[in-house]
Amino acid sequence: MKLSALHQSYLNRRRSPLDSSVDAPSKSFLAVFWLVLHCLCCLISLLLGFRFSRLVFFFLVSTPSSSNLYSPPFRPDLPPPRIDLTPSNATTAEAKTSSSRVVVGRHGILIRPWPHPDPVEVMKAHRIIERVQREQKAVFGAGAKGSRTVIAVTPTYVRTFQALHLNGVMHSLMLVPYDVVWIVVEAGGVSNETASIVGKSGVRVIHVGFDQRMPNTWEDRGKVEVLMRLRALRVVKEEKLDGVVMFADDSNMHSMEFFDEIQNVKWFGAVSVGILAHSGNAEEMVMSMDKRREMEEEESSSLSSLPVQGPACNATDKLIGWHVFNTLPYAGKSAVYIDDVAAVLPQKLEWCGFVLNSRILWDEAESKPEWVKEFGLLNENEGVESPLSLLNDPSMVEPLGSCGRQVLLWWLRVEARADSKFPPGWVIDPPLEITVAAKRTPWPDVPPEPPTKKKDQMSLSQGNNNVVVIPKHQQQQQQRSSKVRKPKRRSKRNKHEAKPTDTATQVSSSTKHHQERN
Amino acid sequence: MIRSSLSVILLFLFLSASSAEHNARTERISGSAGDVLEDNPVGRLKVYVYDLPSKYNKKLLQKDPRCLTHMFAAEIFMHRFLLSSPVRTRNPDEADWFYTPIYPTCDLTPTGLPLPFKSPRMMRSAIQLISSNWPYWNRTEGADHFFVVPHDFGACFHYQEEKAIKRGILPLLQRATLVQTFGQRNHVCLDQGSITIPPFAPPQKMQAHYIPPDIPRSIFVYFRGLFYDVNNDPEGGYYARGARAAVWENFKNNPLFDISTDHPTTYYEDMQRSIFCLCPLGWAPWSPRLVEAVVFGCIPVIIADDIVLPFADAIPWEEIGVFVAEKDVPELDTILTSIPTEVILRKQRLLANPSMKQAMLFPQPAQPGDAFHQILNGLARKLPHDRSIYLREGEKVLNWTAGPVGDLKPW
Repeated sequence: MKLSALHQSYLNRRRSPLDSSVDAPSKSFLAVFWLVLHCLCCLISLLLGFRFSRLVFFFLVSTPSSSNLYSPPFRPDLPPPRIDLTPSNATTAEAKTSSSRVVVGRHGILIRPWPHPDPVEVMKAHRIIERVQREQKAVFGAGAKGSRTVIAVTPTYVRTFQALHLNGVMHSLMLVPYDVVWIVVEAGGVSNETASIVGKSGVRVIHVGFDQRMPNTWEDRGKVEVLMRLRALRVVKEEKLDGVVMFADDSNMHSMEFFDEIQNVKWFGAVSVGILAHSGNAEEMVMSMDKRREMEEEESSSLSSLPVQGPACNATDKLIGWHVFNTLPYAGKSAVYIDDVAAVLPQKLEWCGFVLNSRILWDEAESKPEWVKEFGLLNENEGVESPLSLLNDPSMVEPLGSCGRQVLLWWLRVEARADSKFPPGWVIDPPLEITVAAKRTPWPDVPPEPPTKKKDQMSLSQGNNNVVVIPKHQQQQQQRSSKVRKPKRRSKRNKHEAKPTDTATQVSSSTKHHQERN
Repeated sequence: MIRSSLSVILLFLFLSASSAEHNARTERISGSAGDVLEDNPVGRLKVYVYDLPSKYNKKLLQKDPRCLTHMFAAEIFMHRFLLSSPVRTRNPDEADWFYTPIYPTCDLTPTGLPLPFKSPRMMRSAIQLISSNWPYWNRTEGADHFFVVPHDFGACFHYQEEKAIKRGILPLLQRATLVQTFGQRNHVCLDQGSITIPPFAPPQKMQAHYIPPDIPRSIFVYFRGLFYDVNNDPEGGYYARGARAAVWENFKNNPLFDISTDHPTTYYEDMQRSIFCLCPLGWAPWSPRLVEAVVFGCIPVIIADDIVLPFADAIPWEEIGVFVAEKDVPELDTILTSIPTEVILRKQRLLANPSMKQAMLFPQPAQPGDAFHQILNGLARKLPHDRSIYLREGEKVLNWTAGPVGDLKPW
């Protein structure tokens, strides 16, 4: 078959493929000739040990003046001349049965001089890929199903754990695939501290100050938080923000599915919240667990021991009530002050478990259903405890997350001690001085460093860490004191420096009993 | 009052805007014949199906059921579709088109390749039968008959291009309309009035491999297949006119080009993760890759000079695919990266149009807008027949003894 193919191609290159009027005798002569050639090539291949290509004969036999030459593969720099097989036909337009411009036969394999990727092309291709993926995301991804803006309401105030909590909420909001408007209400007025944290979020932030200071007990704090949230809802009303309002308390943790699920809310929805009533005291936890188990054994199950707060549904997925966190085991042992080492209990119904369509808060009465109270007329002093106070008919709440079966966010309250302090902006300023004990200095004859610092002595005495960090003001204090005593009592200086040593270890170790100036 | 009418207008605008946004996902396709992809052929034409003895169709299929799954299976499925279609008429006098249910490609080697050597004889024998048993063939010498010839070079009945060109279209079929997969301009084996169809690709097999459309397309160019046909063309230069070999030699080191001869099990999934899919010619210019690329939303890069793509009058292929001349293959990366992104996105929108995907498939049972309906639409667009096809009494145009001697033997 190969023989005949080459044979044919050779013939084609000499004449038109349609020209079937080949002389019979010349054909037989050619056939014999090719057979002889074939045998010759086989013999040569046997001799040489590799396959001897008959292409050589093509190039020997075919003349350069032939108009049917296609350049060989090893002449890559020249583009092959593509010449019509029957150029005469190209001129005659009437000849509809002209032969195809595409020729049957052997063609050269075109290889460009540098068959490697061009970096400019690669960059262009990557830009195309990125644009296509963006379009895919816009058409098929999160933005497709008519996504609504998520309006997050966060009451916060400046304290040690604020950075921890607020960063957590901020990262969750940054990952949300929908548009986000973050309303941060700060007790004690707008501060740079909070502004510097939320400014890094990249989402639209509305930072509102609230004139009251955050009180020290959990109960009062809850009340103030309610007022702050209502303040935020007023912002939503005034700015006519459109979207789904959710309450992102700054110490909560949200799952990404939560944000997908709340897109489905029509007017007012409720989700199940996991309640993590954590206290720092492990014994307390164990005791409360035991007590709960006792209670469960005594009475069968009227109180759920699940740490969940959320909507309760019947078998047909209709809202019939609310699961509330069982606080009885913690009775009398819950935290009262913010820094109590005891379990922090939630309210009956935490605000974070509810989401609402922002249009509920708007002024025009047309858009809202009748079972929603007019937000503008709400009297805050009447004691708004849970968002259900915004409704006339609490049974119209939509249970989300497959009717409350999915817990989509977790409620937690963890705060530091009341007197805990932290560096402003979590930047240690002025900078500390770090000295490293140099056991082998390049100047071995240099005496030990003058006693202004005396770290190496201390570090030697510590033995654990080579890096001893001492806050400079204490060091200065020490310097001042040591400067005074420097010439007189060397021995006492050691004792005197023993104290800063203690604080030094405290600085480098845990911050449990951390006492640093604000 | 004014306020309510204003709100009505606003609502209307909002609705129209939202519907326009929804349509931004796809775009309507209209080719040179207009917006005809969704036309319904029922009522526009009538087809009479000849009743041939089963040795021409059913017995062949019984002998080798592989004919139902290879890429030439369109001829069998077309027959089945027509038998139960509303365009079928049992009264041949009112028929516009006549269909001969013959499966000329159903003669397979043990490895599954069809042998075309007996096909001309089978066709001849079938035509002799219908011309002697019914008067409709002789009335027009086949000008209102159509045949489905999905083989490599259509009705030239050979897999080798030079031999096919030499044979030419079977003389008896020169007046009939041929429905074939092969299409190349100015080629002997493509008659002027032929309808080009896509090769058969099993729809269920492809639909079983769908992945969610939001998975990002991260492969720039994708191709799986042979570059050198070492069995038949070891030196290269013959197979694909050297184009596939050129693709390999120029782009085997290019990370943007995911090309190889491997056949992975994730072939269909990978196509859905690619932006461009190469559809170069092989021994024949057409291949099922085009169908696969369209179904999976990958822009086809067609490297086949002068090719005629399926349903070329209904589908504007220049707007959907990228055509690269074989001589431009070494600059393929430059060509593809210099396409503006808006053009690429528009092509993807056109490909996402469900009627585009439907038009390339042969689903069982037939669905509206699929390839069967496109064939009937194509036939309907050729109606009404020109008066001149009806021959006078005793007039003969076809030469029944033309062609190689071997064809004249009875089948």
